[in-house]
Amino acid sequence: MAKVAPELQYSDEHEWVARDAGSNVVSIGISAVATDALGDIVYVDLPEVGSAVTAGETCGEVESTKSVSDLYAPVTGEVTEINDAVVSDPALINSDPYGAGWLFKVAAESEGPLLSAQEYASKNGGEL
Amino acid sequence: MTENYTALYEEHKKLGASFTDFGGWQMPLKYSSELAEHHAVRKSAGLFDLSHMGEVWVTGPDAAAFLDYALVGKISAMAVGKAKYSLICNGDGGIIDDLITYRRPATADNTDKFLVVPNAGNAKVVAAELAERAANFDVTVTDVSAETSLIAVQGPKAQEILLRLVPAAQHALVTELKYYAAVEVPLMFGGTSQDLLLARTGYTGEDGFEIFVANDGAAALWQALVAIAEDGELTPAGLASRDSLRLEAGMPLYGNELSLQGDPFAAGLGPVVALSKEGDFVGKAALAARKEAGAGATTGRKLVGLKGLGRRAGRGHYPVLKDGHVVGEVTSGQPSPTLGYPVALAYVDVEFTEPGTALDIDLRGKAEPFEVVALPFYKRQK
Repeated sequence: MAKVAPELQYSDEHEWVARDAGSNVVSIGISAVATDALGDIVYVDLPEVGSAVTAGETCGEVESTKSVSDLYAPVTGEVTEINDAVVSDPALINSDPYGAGWLFKVAAESEGPLLSAQEYASKNGGEL
Repeated sequence: MTENYTALYEEHKKLGASFTDFGGWQMPLKYSSELAEHHAVRKSAGLFDLSHMGEVWVTGPDAAAFLDYALVGKISAMAVGKAKYSLICNGDGGIIDDLITYRRPATADNTDKFLVVPNAGNAKVVAAELAERAANFDVTVTDVSAETSLIAVQGPKAQEILLRLVPAAQHALVTELKYYAAVEVPLMFGGTSQDLLLARTGYTGEDGFEIFVANDGAAALWQALVAIAEDGELTPAGLASRDSLRLEAGMPLYGNELSLQGDPFAAGLGPVVALSKEGDFVGKAALAARKEAGAGATTGRKLVGLKGLGRRAGRGHYPVLKDGHVVGEVTSGQPSPTLGYPVALAYVDVEFTEPGTALDIDLRGKAEPFEVVALPFYKRQK
């Protein structure tokens, strides 16, 4: 069963959100539940640094061997950084979805509805 | 639709497979990573459960003449031991299925024997259609799909791996078996030896074998192959990799490239249609008229290969564009794991099908550049 990192929060669209202590910048990635369902990821289209994203709206794409999925912003704010490593090697998202496979960071002004790891895992069949 | 399970379902669960519905069957989609499974087949070998495929025996004094009538190919011209790719069409020339027919040795009383292998989702329709077409022939049509499993070993190391189950004295049966041929071979597994029909056929673009085995022996054969797989040269592989492998090899998939509404000539399967064979066959008049009209040559659309110049892949049903106008539709597409760029099969207006023609695929509103290329995308080094 796909692992759900206990220290993170999750959106219904399978993005995870991690907070930086002492700032409003959050890191965003996709859960192992999502990467398991997608299969091997071969291409990722991320929002540009400096662009504004809105919680609940699409801000990019994740393409696997079998399908294309929209990437949804779990928070509203300005994109401050993207993970160039996953753009050049999208397999990192499969191999380490909660670590080296993070996607982008946002200076968050507000958040969309987020679930605790517990809630997300019980809803989506993940394992804490 | 009721869900069907192959005799190997529990084996797949043991290996941690994720499952998908395919043609009404719960089949392993992948065991771990579909990309790793794909590369394993190209570099070493993969192990596939194809038990969802159908198996229909056609036997009797008229078997060859009957199949000449029921299918579009000249089946009577096949030598014993050979296999042939063919189509079963309806009276309008629409494709009911694509299938492989194996000619087996005639029995002592001179009864010809053929094994017809249709696709999973079409097996019942094909068996019923064959039975109906058999009315005026001295043949027996027997659908053994429900009792028969099919296990494939595909990849450059397939022969080496398979020989580990064959007694040394019989190795030549396998090593001398030609592509698109089949032979009965004793295979040792589960503490015993069974004579099984072994075919040198496949759907991956690699060398490889398909083994027909009764359901009650399937798990033991699978386990013997999985034991070999633990050495690392054979990898259990699911339908996800099977699809990417066949796509790179430019092989059509029924339901994507082939359909009742489709056309053998547009699909590039004109050479499979033996219009000049003796006698009538189902669909002959309609197919002759389509050919005469220039289907897939001077009119309508034709199946082509498209190579992506960017990184994003076209997917089934995405429109193909020329200067912003729709000139075709993608039937299958994804990033090619072996080649490293996106590939797609698409039906395109015949005037835009020359290799080198620049086209776009409408990727959800964005035009991405592709180029027409000759098929197959990938060809193994022999």
